[in-house]
Amino acid sequence: MLLRHTTKEIKEREGLTINPAKTCQPIGAMYAALGIHGCLPHSHGSQGCCSYHRSMLTRHFKEPVMAATSSFTEGASVFGGQANLLQAINNIFTIYDPELIAVHSTCLSETIGDDLKQIVTKAKDDGKVPEGKEVTYASTPSFVGSHVTGYANMVAGMTQQFAEKSETQLDRTNIVAGWMEPSDIREIKRLAKELAAEILLYPDVTDVLDTPQTGKHDMYPKGGVTVEQMKTLGDSKSTISLGNFTAEAAAIALEKKCGVGFVSEDIPVGISATDRFLMALSKAAGVEIPQSITDERGRLVDMITDMQQYFHGKKVAVFGDPDWIVPLCEFLVELDMKPVHVLSGTPGKRLDKRLHELLDMDVPDANIKNGASADLFLLHQWIKNEPVDLLIGNTHGKFIARDEDIPFIRFGFPIIDRVGHSYFPNVGYSGAMRIVEKLLMAIMDRQDRDAPEERFELVM
Amino acid sequence: MSVKRFMPDASKLKEEILEKYPTKVAKKRGKGIVINDPEQPKEIQANIRSIPGIITQRGCCYAGCKGVVLGPTRDIINIVHGPIGCSYYAWLTRRNQTRPETLEDENFITYCFSTDMQEDHVVFGGEKKLAKAVDEAYELFHPKAIAIHSTCPVGLIGDDIHAVAKKATAKFGDCNVFAFSCEGYKGVSQSAGHHIANNGLFKHVIGRDNTEREGKYKINLLGEYNIGGDSFELERLFEECGITLVSTYSGNSTYNDFENSHMVDLNLVMCHRSINYVAEMMEDKYGVPWIKVNFIGAESTAKSLRKIAEYFEDADMIQKVNEVCERELSKVKVSLEEAKPKTDGRLAMLFVGGSRAHHYQELFKELGMKTVAAGYEFAHRDDYEGREVIPSIKIDADSKNIEELKVAQDPELYKKRLTEEDVAEMKEKGIEFADYKGMMPDMDHQTFVIDDITHYETHKLIEAYNPDVFCAGIKEKYVIQKMGVPLKQLHSYDYGGPYAGFEGAVNFYKDISRMVSSRAWKLVKAPWQKEKETTPEITATYVA
Repeated sequence: MLLRHTTKEIKEREGLTINPAKTCQPIGAMYAALGIHGCLPHSHGSQGCCSYHRSMLTRHFKEPVMAATSSFTEGASVFGGQANLLQAINNIFTIYDPELIAVHSTCLSETIGDDLKQIVTKAKDDGKVPEGKEVTYASTPSFVGSHVTGYANMVAGMTQQFAEKSETQLDRTNIVAGWMEPSDIREIKRLAKELAAEILLYPDVTDVLDTPQTGKHDMYPKGGVTVEQMKTLGDSKSTISLGNFTAEAAAIALEKKCGVGFVSEDIPVGISATDRFLMALSKAAGVEIPQSITDERGRLVDMITDMQQYFHGKKVAVFGDPDWIVPLCEFLVELDMKPVHVLSGTPGKRLDKRLHELLDMDVPDANIKNGASADLFLLHQWIKNEPVDLLIGNTHGKFIARDEDIPFIRFGFPIIDRVGHSYFPNVGYSGAMRIVEKLLMAIMDRQDRDAPEERFELVM
Repeated sequence: MSVKRFMPDASKLKEEILEKYPTKVAKKRGKGIVINDPEQPKEIQANIRSIPGIITQRGCCYAGCKGVVLGPTRDIINIVHGPIGCSYYAWLTRRNQTRPETLEDENFITYCFSTDMQEDHVVFGGEKKLAKAVDEAYELFHPKAIAIHSTCPVGLIGDDIHAVAKKATAKFGDCNVFAFSCEGYKGVSQSAGHHIANNGLFKHVIGRDNTEREGKYKINLLGEYNIGGDSFELERLFEECGITLVSTYSGNSTYNDFENSHMVDLNLVMCHRSINYVAEMMEDKYGVPWIKVNFIGAESTAKSLRKIAEYFEDADMIQKVNEVCERELSKVKVSLEEAKPKTDGRLAMLFVGGSRAHHYQELFKELGMKTVAAGYEFAHRDDYEGREVIPSIKIDADSKNIEELKVAQDPELYKKRLTEEDVAEMKEKGIEFADYKGMMPDMDHQTFVIDDITHYETHKLIEAYNPDVFCAGIKEKYVIQKMGVPLKQLHSYDYGGPYAGFEGAVNFYKDISRMVSSRAWKLVKAPWQKEKETTPEITATYVA
């Protein structure tokens, strides 16, 4: 057994986290920054942070992930990291020539109290930032929140620093993309195009973390929203944020700064969340939802009604990030499935509330937990106590799945042992069809594997 | 098939690289870029701070301590005291395989333990939280040993992790709890963490079990981490040759084996950088001599095995080793003959680790490939120039902060294994003790040796040489491949391996010949793009 020491008996823990279902803020900030064109993310801390975050993002996307570090030493940790960051900014612009450096802090620089705003201002005052170039920043201490929070903070920070309101109002809707794959963002943009809705979506990692093999490495690939575009955010009619946990903070910041109203929607996973997103976009942009989209939806529903028998009553364990597991659980319930264990390492009462609203009626005894002590050790113990038919979560779930012999669907971040997530979306109706296909594959492959010979079916 | 290649002028290229840098940066980087002369290795700047913003390959002290040295041992619970990320990223990402002997044996490799430090703990101190975490780990798992690792904020807020460990050891009675102050900001790279890990193991673990284990000729293998199963292959060879392996630092290792490891006859050092401290301290305290070995490359493996047999001067072992080597080398030869037509004459670059960038050149040599540039991520000058430069290495502020343990001879256990005459006699046979000649003497004239290479330098080297294979890590993997050059990860082996020993050589030959000849690279340009390139006039006419 891979996790041979995990017991069925659950003991309350206060000190020890075992097999976490979250990681720390800076990686989220690094990821968000990659969605801005010509941006080099910069980690203000020890070298290890930058190295670990780049490594993990690289494993997940199988793409170059460029970022720099302030390379703190013991001296910098005692005397402050200002000199390191000033030097880094100068070196980065001289050697790597980005349009923008997006600095995020770490537990180290936060603990010693480095003030990014002050250091960045000094860099500008000292002439270390060339004309037309930008340095932005976000405070992302690793001891608060999770990777999810880091993403939200970086997007909100950039919004706060770049968004402007001019005289001209644009007939355009802002879409703040929560933490999604390039594939998902591509799909959101396609849907908006189908609706003929004028949008400005950011951050946008398409053509940054799904770039073609050309035989040439572009340090700054063609994708990403430009700083110039971000400066016009204040001129849009309204904003739709996709993801309470990863996108809403930016929408709030924009409303505060430029008075652009917003609606906060879920990431459109499954039928209802996609319905809501499309209706919100239709309303915001003043456009009709075309028949082509209604047909897409119809095809999805048809697929579900055809195969409904395979979903009904199946028990599922789900873990991952709030903005994904909320709409996913909603979808699973729509499929007549039972999410009996739902867990996220990311803290926040709002998640608990949403999950209870979604599940209390249909799965009243579901185990729901997030934040401190919600880890995969606990999830595994829940599963030992109440076995499930399916496990859905990031790559780390594969150890539980193998030990307990449960079909496993990779979903969320990070997925470091399979590919596809960055190319094929999980959002929208077509994304939901992909989810349905994956669910069916897992369930039906298992049925085929376990069926006695006389019940091994040709037609299913 | 031998491929003739255009070679750029190394001095000019160096100048061109440095031109781009701000003056101070150029001055500093210039000392880390050396054009090699194997007869007279030049001084290279190594183990000094990376310049902020430069885009380095390096990681941190914690990564070297917990990630590299302590991580691979299956029955020590490694609790990382700090925010969640540090433990999370070091969770199973280094591919240290381990094989418990029974289904019941302890194995915590698949687990990730953290105190998940929150803001409150940073403000009010995290010692209580840590003590609770240690208690809980003990109650849940009853391990033999718990190691505590501190991360950046812990050092800054002043949590006394060593006091927590001491208290817990006394309280539990049957569990050794010890701590490592391996905050990420210490030193200049992973290297500081290796040293801290070596010190901690020496202080708290090595020497606790003085029983004489069975076995005529006992050894430790130091600096071998069982990535991709390397240690398994070496264990197979040792066993067949009648060499008793007491412990490996730290691939496929156990805590009890560490406790007894000072009772061996000889230490073998693989990764010199990460483990030479333990080798030296074991020699000083217990009299265990050490020799440098290299089990990367079929010929190197045979040479290393023969060296061990020569050391023990046992006719049976010498014969057995010869038999094993002959048998294995004949198998290896078949694979090499298959691979070589594809690899011969091709160019390789290696920028990785603190030993691998040297060791793997052996495998490339066997494949007929030339290493045109190489360097380490976190090595010291001795790993490049050889150990004789150690006395002349300047100790700077960053190195001074890493404790040097003072080790005296153990009054009871110190046993001199060799007389001066023995040493002299062994030297005649080509066995040198406590010595490592470094990478530079093994590299050709006019090749590049670069310490702590930056992204910019990497880019320039690839442009200038267009190598056939580049060896580095995951961060570099897709950057280089986007440039059309296949990259072999030498930290994770691209999830393959083993690459050590004879079987490993065969695996490596297969992987490299596949990589340099894969059809996929020929598909990069679409047919219509190729058409445009070969017939520019037609395109021009069209445009006009």
